Amino acid sequence: MTMRRPLAKWLVILGVLHAIVVCAGFFAPYDPIEQDRKNPYLPPMPLHLLDAQGHLHLRPFAYALKLREGTFDQYEQDTSQSVPMKFFRSGAGYRLLGFLPSRIHLFGSEDARICLLGTDAYGRDQFSRLLYGGQISLLAGLLGAGCTLSIGLCVGAAAGYFGGWRDDALMRVAELFLALPWLYLLFALRAFLPLSVSPLKAFFLIVAVIGAVGWARPARLVRGVVLSAKERDFVRAARGFGATDSYLLRRHILPETSSVLLTQAAILIPQYVLAEMTLSFLGLGVPEPAPSWGNLLSNLQQYSVLVSYWWMYLPALAMVPFFLGYLGLASSLQERLEPYKIERRSPGSLA
Amino acid sequence: MRFFFRRLRHACFLLFGVSILAFLFTTLAPGNYFDEMRLNPQIAPETMAALRAQYQLDRPLPVRYVSWMNSVLHGQMGFSFAYNSPVAPILFVRARNTLLLTITATLIAWGIALPLGVWSAERFGRLPDRLLSWATAALLVIPDLALALGLLVLTVRTGWFPTGSMTSLDFGSLSLGGKFRDLALHMTLPVAALVLSGLPLLIRHVRAAVAEVLDAPFMLAARGHGIPRRTLLYRYALRVAANPLISLFGFSIGALLSGSLLVEVVMSWPGLGPLLLESILSRDLYVVIDGVLFSTMFLVSGNLIADILLYWADPRIRTESAAR
Repeated sequence: MTMRRPLAKWLVILGVLHAIVVCAGFFAPYDPIEQDRKNPYLPPMPLHLLDAQGHLHLRPFAYALKLREGTFDQYEQDTSQSVPMKFFRSGAGYRLLGFLPSRIHLFGSEDARICLLGTDAYGRDQFSRLLYGGQISLLAGLLGAGCTLSIGLCVGAAAGYFGGWRDDALMRVAELFLALPWLYLLFALRAFLPLSVSPLKAFFLIVAVIGAVGWARPARLVRGVVLSAKERDFVRAARGFGATDSYLLRRHILPETSSVLLTQAAILIPQYVLAEMTLSFLGLGVPEPAPSWGNLLSNLQQYSVLVSYWWMYLPALAMVPFFLGYLGLASSLQERLEPYKIERRSPGSLA
Repeated sequence: MRFFFRRLRHACFLLFGVSILAFLFTTLAPGNYFDEMRLNPQIAPETMAALRAQYQLDRPLPVRYVSWMNSVLHGQMGFSFAYNSPVAPILFVRARNTLLLTITATLIAWGIALPLGVWSAERFGRLPDRLLSWATAALLVIPDLALALGLLVLTVRTGWFPTGSMTSLDFGSLSLGGKFRDLALHMTLPVAALVLSGLPLLIRHVRAAVAEVLDAPFMLAARGHGIPRRTLLYRYALRVAANPLISLFGFSIGALLSGSLLVEVVMSWPGLGPLLLESILSRDLYVVIDGVLFSTMFLVSGNLIADILLYWADPRIRTESAAR
């Protein structure tokens, strides 16, 4: 089978985006929890190619920041002091992909730090935190979706295949879960687990909670597919030849559900990343000092930050390309895998 | 009528199930409201035990469930530890604030989506339609959280609208018109966030449903009869396209209480969302249970209303359920 173009396009886009986040150590110039207490709330430092005299430089540079006269938190660019960007510089140590130790960063600088998105209250580089935060948020989304889909697959297959009272019971419970407002359920479940835990524990807690909440919809979809697959001729034939239940399920029925599961994954992952963001934003998720896309934004809950340090908002926009990628992927998967289900003009698809 | 009662019975069972589920979740949790007091050396362990006994926290689960159910039937809906009062009055005030916000937002969103979706469907595939598609796609990929925070940052920096809370500090001293104006100004920002996050999906659904109908042969026939464009679109096409839209509308109604949680928290609107969050953090369990139950009730009744509307609007469903 050949890939149709839109699907491949979205896969490439998503692949690149994820690669950047997975290799955060390389692309981020600094350690995400390294503090610089002398420089809190630095504004973003734009990169320049033209200097104040109008000369063109081939190496991008930023201007160092200095405090404006008579203020304590207003910075301005010091055009007399340029900080050239150095590529493939060695800096803080990190482990690429979790195991390859390395010190090489895509860029860095000699004297002053280049903070593309500014710094937070402790002078930590927001750009580095954004990249590292993506690892946590995206992984939470992926694992959470994995959890949900496996629960949904098991429940849906059991309900659809065995039928009878088991089907009735499971589907009643699924209905119950569908009736609960999703975010409320997420909160209620999270609420009654320990509140203050270490980042790692909190991460797995979040994944479990997010993963456990949304199983009902995929379960219903899987059940539908299994119900129709069960009655297909080749399945009946296999049964007639004496195939066991487990063989039938493994060999003939569950493969039929793969297209539903793939599409659901593309829909669920961004939704779950957003769920992690929401929980962390509200202080119910991954705690400091570990960065996540949610807790990067949580200091925006303070009025003073909102008023004076608007660039703390910039990480919120990091989600947009990922959302775009996943939305595109979901709609082209839907078109490709379930063409019979789609009306000609699907409202969920892009353009 | 039988159809209606069957759905109603179903909804009641669902609510009952949800109440048990919510109760289980909340009471299986470690810790309770009085645990914080352990840190205070001035409170004797006996006092805490007495408090727990007073609020029945030491009783077995079924007993607590029955006594809570009893209090629900008496219109009190349990007791809030943090507010030291029955939950119902606290909840109703907050729910009223939330509904004020969400009903406005839903009306505005549908008021924009219907004409815009029809307008776009009429020009299907042409430039204006494609532009609108791109605009809705752009809105669709901005996550709710980013949208709400972005609006907040923008407003705080420009000072166009008041932010936070529902009213100004001097609300009590304003005249009636002034009160109305003050409230409207405070509502603008959260309503805008809600409308913008809900709009793209609505427009897309309206457009898809109407575009599907516009291709039908009977529309061509109707046009051939010389029926004016506006009548054609809104009286004929929209009515045939109503089926999926009614389900969607039911969903809008269902989400009235629960859909605005994030926006309320971000914009500090004193609705159900912040109350729920507060009570989660302080383990005020009956407030949490009632909050979840209350919004579930809305979700279920939204579906119920959609079913009834469908029954009323779509003859196919009527015959189908009569045959059953």
